[in-house]
Amino acid sequence: MRTIRIGSGAGYSGDRIEPAVELAEKGDIQYLVFECLGERTVALAQRARLKNPDDGFDPLLEARMRAVLPPCAKNGIKIVTNMGAANPWAAARKTAQIAASLGLSRLKIAAVMGDDVLEACKQHDLPLLEIDGTLKTLGNRIVSANAYLGAEPMAAALKAGADIVITGRASDPALFLAPMVDAFGWPMDDWDLLGRGTVAGHLLECAGQITGGYFADPGFKDVVGLARLGFPIGEVSEDGGLVITKVAGSGGEVSARTCKEQLLYEVHDPARYMQPDVVADFSQVTVEEIGPDRVRVSGGRGTQRPDTLKISVGYVDGYIGEGQMSYAGPGAEARARLALEIARERLKLTKVEASEWRFDLIGIDALHGERRSHGGAPYEVRVRVAGRTDTLAEAVRIGDEVETLYTNGPAGGGGAFKSARDIVAVASVLLPRDLAAPQVRFVEA
Amino acid sequence: MAKLRDIAHSRTGDKGNISNISVIAFDARHYPLLCEQVTPARVKAHFDGIVFGEVVRYELPNIAALNFVLDQALGGGVTRSLALDAHGKSLSSALLDLEIELPPDHDRGVA
Repeated sequence: MRTIRIGSGAGYSGDRIEPAVELAEKGDIQYLVFECLGERTVALAQRARLKNPDDGFDPLLEARMRAVLPPCAKNGIKIVTNMGAANPWAAARKTAQIAASLGLSRLKIAAVMGDDVLEACKQHDLPLLEIDGTLKTLGNRIVSANAYLGAEPMAAALKAGADIVITGRASDPALFLAPMVDAFGWPMDDWDLLGRGTVAGHLLECAGQITGGYFADPGFKDVVGLARLGFPIGEVSEDGGLVITKVAGSGGEVSARTCKEQLLYEVHDPARYMQPDVVADFSQVTVEEIGPDRVRVSGGRGTQRPDTLKISVGYVDGYIGEGQMSYAGPGAEARARLALEIARERLKLTKVEASEWRFDLIGIDALHGERRSHGGAPYEVRVRVAGRTDTLAEAVRIGDEVETLYTNGPAGGGGAFKSARDIVAVASVLLPRDLAAPQVRFVEA
Repeated sequence: MAKLRDIAHSRTGDKGNISNISVIAFDARHYPLLCEQVTPARVKAHFDGIVFGEVVRYELPNIAALNFVLDQALGGGVTRSLALDAHGKSLSSALLDLEIELPPDHDRGVA
C-alpha cells in the first residue's frame, strides 16, 4: 500500500527553525508543513498589510524559507504552510525572490487566497459564538474576518504541480490533509478517510507537542533531549493508516502517552471535531507503541462536513496596561501585599479608568488564585497589576504608577517592568460556505 | 491520600474563553477510578473562582482518558484576558493537585 511521510516543521509562528531543517535533511519526507498562524495573527497581519501592501505575511517567513528551501529542493520535498497570513500572494512572491537568491530555479509557488471574507461579513449580520452580540455589535472595531478554509484549494495547488503552497487562514489539520488528498486522490466526501486524515493532521499540527514538548514533568514524565527536540513525522497510508515518529537521534519521545495528550489538545467533544472538510470523530481512536519512537494511531472516523465555515473575526478591544515589581527575602510576601495595596489606592486616587483589573502576587496567586496556593513563605514574590482601558494613554498610567513603587513603596522593590499594548481580540461566526471563494495563483522562481 | 498526579497526566488546550483539560491514566487499570472520582462537579469545585461556566466531561475508554471542557474559564478569552497565563496552559497542573483515594493495596503505577 502506498505511504507518504509528512513532516511538521513548526507548531506556531515563533517556533524553532532547525528541527524543520533536520526533517528536510534526514526525515525522508515528501511533504513539510508549517503551521504558523495563531488565532489573532491574521488580524495583526491585516494591519501590517494596510500600512504596506507588500507586507502582511509571517515575519519569520524569510528566515524559515532560507533555512529549509535548499534541503527541500534537493530532496524534492513539497512545502505547505499558512505563513501567508493576511497576504498569501505577497508571501508567495517573497518566497520566489528568496528561492531565486538561493540559486533555486523552476520552483512553482502557489498562493491560496479567498479566506478573507470581511466583505461578506459586512453584508451578513451573524451571531458571535464566544461573546454576546452579533457582528453589528462590533461595528467599525472589526479589523479582519477570515474563513478557516479546508484542504481542497491546497490539494488542487499541489495537483497543479506546486512545490510550495502558501495559504492564509486555513484549518490547521487541513494543511496536512491536503498532501494526503493530493497523494492518494481521496474523494472529498469519503468522511471516514477524511476523518482519519484529520486525526493525523491534528496530531502533527503542534509539532513538538507530540514529540515530548509541553509534556515533561520531572519524576513523573521524564523526557530526554528537550533542547534539541525532534519534530514529528506522520507516515500515512492510502487507507488512512497512521504511524507517528520522528528523526532517529533527535531529542524527545514519541510514545503512547505523548500521542494521547496531543489527541485531546484543544478538543471539546471528541466525537465531533468540527473541520471545514469533515466532522472528525476521535472517540474510538487507539494508540499502540510499535517500536522506539513509533506509535500506530488507528480508529479515526468522520461524518459529513458542516454547511458553514468557521470565521475568525479580529476586532479592536481596547488596551491593557501592566506593571510589575519584585520583592525578596524575609517578609517578601508582606511587602508585596503592601505594594499591591498602595498601588490599588494610588490608581484610585489618581483616577485611572479601567473596566477590569488584576492585582496578582506572582509566586502566590497569579495563576490560580489564592485558594490553590500551598502556602508557606515564598522567598520571592512579584507584584503584578493589569487593567483594561479605553485609551493607550490610560493604559500607560498603570505601569507608570506601579513603577513609582521604587521610591514610594515598600523596602527593597526591584526589577520594575511596565507595558501598554493595544488588544486585537478574536471572536468567531459561522458563515455559509458558499460565501467564501478560494482561489489559487501561481508564481515561479 | 494520593494526588491525581500520581496516577494520571494532563494537558490543557484553549479556544476562546473555553479551556479543555485532558486527564489520562498512566495505567489503564486506573481508568474506572478516574471516572468515579474525577467528576465534573469536583472539577468545577476545584476551579472555583477560575471557571465560571459549565464543566462537561467526555469519556475515552480506548485511551483511558477523560476530557473536561470548562466554559468561561479564560478571563473572557485568550486574546483579551488580563491574566498572566492567558491561555490557561497551567490549569492542567492545578487539576493534577486534586486528591484521589486509592484502594489500600494499591500499586500507584507511575510510568
